[in-house]
Amino acid sequence: MTFDLDRRWRLSEQVALRPEPFGALAYDFGTRRLSFLKSRALLALVEALGAHPSAREAARAVGVAGGELDRCRQALAVLAATGMIRAQAAP
Amino acid sequence: MSALASTGGGADAAGAAPAAAADAAPGGRLVDQFERGLDAPICLTWELTYACNLACVHCLSSSGRRDPRELSTAECKAVIDELERMQVFYVNVGGGEPTVRRDFWELVDYAVAHRVGVKFSTNGSRIDDERARWIAASDYVDVQISLDGATAEVNDRVRGPGSYATAMRALGRLAAAGASAPKLSVVVTRENVGQLDGFKAIADAHGAQLRLTRLRPSGRGADVWDELHPTAAQQRQLYEWLLAHGEQVLTGDSFFHLAAYGRSLPGLNLCGAGRVVCLIDPVGDVYACPFAIHDQFLAGNVRDRGGFAGVWRESELFARLRAPQGGGACGSCGFYDSCRGGCMAAKFFTGLPLDGPDPECALGHGETLLARRDRSTPPPRPSADHSRRRPARRGPAAPPERACDEDPIAAFLRREGVRR
Repeated sequence: MTFDLDRRWRLSEQVALRPEPFGALAYDFGTRRLSFLKSRALLALVEALGAHPSAREAARAVGVAGGELDRCRQALAVLAATGMIRAQAAP
Repeated sequence: MSALASTGGGADAAGAAPAAAADAAPGGRLVDQFERGLDAPICLTWELTYACNLACVHCLSSSGRRDPRELSTAECKAVIDELERMQVFYVNVGGGEPTVRRDFWELVDYAVAHRVGVKFSTNGSRIDDERARWIAASDYVDVQISLDGATAEVNDRVRGPGSYATAMRALGRLAAAGASAPKLSVVVTRENVGQLDGFKAIADAHGAQLRLTRLRPSGRGADVWDELHPTAAQQRQLYEWLLAHGEQVLTGDSFFHLAAYGRSLPGLNLCGAGRVVCLIDPVGDVYACPFAIHDQFLAGNVRDRGGFAGVWRESELFARLRAPQGGGACGSCGFYDSCRGGCMAAKFFTGLPLDGPDPECALGHGETLLARRDRSTPPPRPSADHSRRRPARRGPAAPPERACDEDPIAAFLRREGVRR
């Protein structure tokens, strides 16, 4: 599963995030799907998505890089596939 | 290693923990994180009333009569406000029959307006065409119709005469209204375990999703557990069936003790009691789980000064449940990591030690212990019993089809063909 880091993404309005020591719970009120963001870095990245022109920029802004970015990219791909985050039109 | 785990779609966490992939997380396995407890429950069960127009023989909350100390509308709304602040995403509402509360729909409305989703369990008696359309049109409201037999004969022995027809009528109305995937909720018993395909067919025919849960010896369930809980051979059959159907069928993660047959079933495989789930009962008492209505598992009351959040965060009982637990007699078992000694409530109400095997241990260790129980000391009884002293009668709270104007316990014992 690939994820386009160079697009602009945002969290679906249907999704609520609840920070927890391990990362966060993410609940989609539309699909009733409960997901677990398993690191604080991923939570920070997901929260930052909407405020940056690309996911890559968002990662840079919250200091997610290297192997951590690779792991987060996989998670973002799943979140995108399930509609919890959505691609935005280019600004 | 992914940084994300998620449920297969449709979180389902009534009894124990939600279904979730539990692979490695940076800070350790998620299941270990959950055992240490979260700042707020992932979801919780809220029994809104002990009043019920049925008298199912296995009722886990011994419901029947309304408790005069029941939380008022305002108190319920205050609890919902707290749940919103704690970001509890949804509550599993039950009873008793929750829809017999006059303010039930008002409370549902209030909850969803405050971003607390509602999944409620009902026997279907109050789901008329208009209400079915309302449910279908409401975001964040899920309905679960209880049915314990795929035929009226099997169902009504446990849930009372007419209850099969009532549930089927409700399912039909929900389907006609276009409700999205209502749940068909079944407690698996010795009598209905052979009907799993039948239940699946009923669910499929109504665009519903099947949900199977475990019979616990809780509430009145303690009185019938010996004769109604699945035999060892039936448990094996259930396990194979669940494996074959995977995530299409919800289980509330209630069969994690069956992991000892070999493979773990989908889900967290964790007892979530006091860690990620709990129960609020109709009078505001907070218990570790819906199947443990007993003083020993009572953490506090939402009317206490700190409210529900105070109980969740400061209860000594919950702190103990979140502390590392040894495996006790099960510690050396090769399956301990997946079964974790099974269900605390099942052990407690069958009189087995909490640090030993589940009474339905897949390896048979529970059966051995049950056989050795000292019959002179009966197992603990539930702290609250709201069973009606006499059979339900037709009245304002009774369904129009006289679902329960016979004593269902007698009906259950009577078996077919023999009139009282």
